[in-house]
Amino acid sequence: MIKNVIAFALLAALGSIFAALFLGYVPDADLNLTARYYADHTAQDVGAANVVTAIIVTYRGFDTLGEVTVLFLTAAIVGLVLAQTRVGNRGGVAPLPPSGEVLQTGTRLLAPLIVLFGAYVFVNGHLSPGGGFQGGAIVASAVLLLLLSNPLRRFSHRLITRLESTVGLVYVAIGVLGVVLAGGFLDNHILPLGDFGSLFSAGAIPVIYSLIGLKVGAEFSSMMVSLSETEDS
Amino acid sequence: MSDILFAMTLLLAAAIIGVAIMAVNPARSLPIAVLAGGTVSLFSSILYLILAAPDVAMTEAAIGSGLTTFLFFFVLRRVQGGEDD
Repeated sequence: MIKNVIAFALLAALGSIFAALFLGYVPDADLNLTARYYADHTAQDVGAANVVTAIIVTYRGFDTLGEVTVLFLTAAIVGLVLAQTRVGNRGGVAPLPPSGEVLQTGTRLLAPLIVLFGAYVFVNGHLSPGGGFQGGAIVASAVLLLLLSNPLRRFSHRLITRLESTVGLVYVAIGVLGVVLAGGFLDNHILPLGDFGSLFSAGAIPVIYSLIGLKVGAEFSSMMVSLSETEDS
Repeated sequence: MSDILFAMTLLLAAAIIGVAIMAVNPARSLPIAVLAGGTVSLFSSILYLILAAPDVAMTEAAIGSGLTTFLFFFVLRRVQGGEDD
């Protein structure tokens, strides 16, 4: 009873805060100082058609490195917690009923297409909406589909771990190269800017975003694979 | 924002609130609540698209409604249902 009262009081307080925010909201007539700077200077400075990508990878590149690190830590902790249950509990697992024909055939058809779409999203991150995080999640959803169609399918943990750590090292190495060759950590001018709007443009942004995509995809996949492998034990 | 888009936004917001109430309703089972949470993410990703934020919409659709829902189901299986609170 007292729990419900406290919960309703908290909800009412939150609601009043949001109501005050909503009633006092006036849409901005023009961009504020920071947004105006990004909108005006991104095309010349960074050469990326997608301003959001320019901010994520170049202007705020260090934050992105932190985000990827947080995701890596999450995947590592999931693997660490589940690693104890993985060994030893192999025998005596009841065989699962096979998944349906439609799901299996559909997976065989769809999984390569989903991986291709994920790769498209992160390679074109500097031109179209989306980028490393979105593309990586799409690639991981292909792995999830494979796991759903056959829960006993095994993925190579060694391959996922190697891929993840190599890509992370290359990412940091590109950042340090930016200090040596260009203006600072994760500066994208270590490669020529190229034609605005073409695939090979915006300096190192496509390279960095592809690396982030691979890293995020590997991390999400490793989480899904560890959870699914230890599920039936 | 045109009138059709505004009406669509209102409809989506109402749908989000309805599904969210479904998600927190204690009378329903846990899998239904997880599915309702995923639906909230899916609807809000469409809302982000209407509000001209396609990057956020893609993240919400892929991670919020796709991977997280299945993550919850994997964890639900591991904790053996966990129906009693």
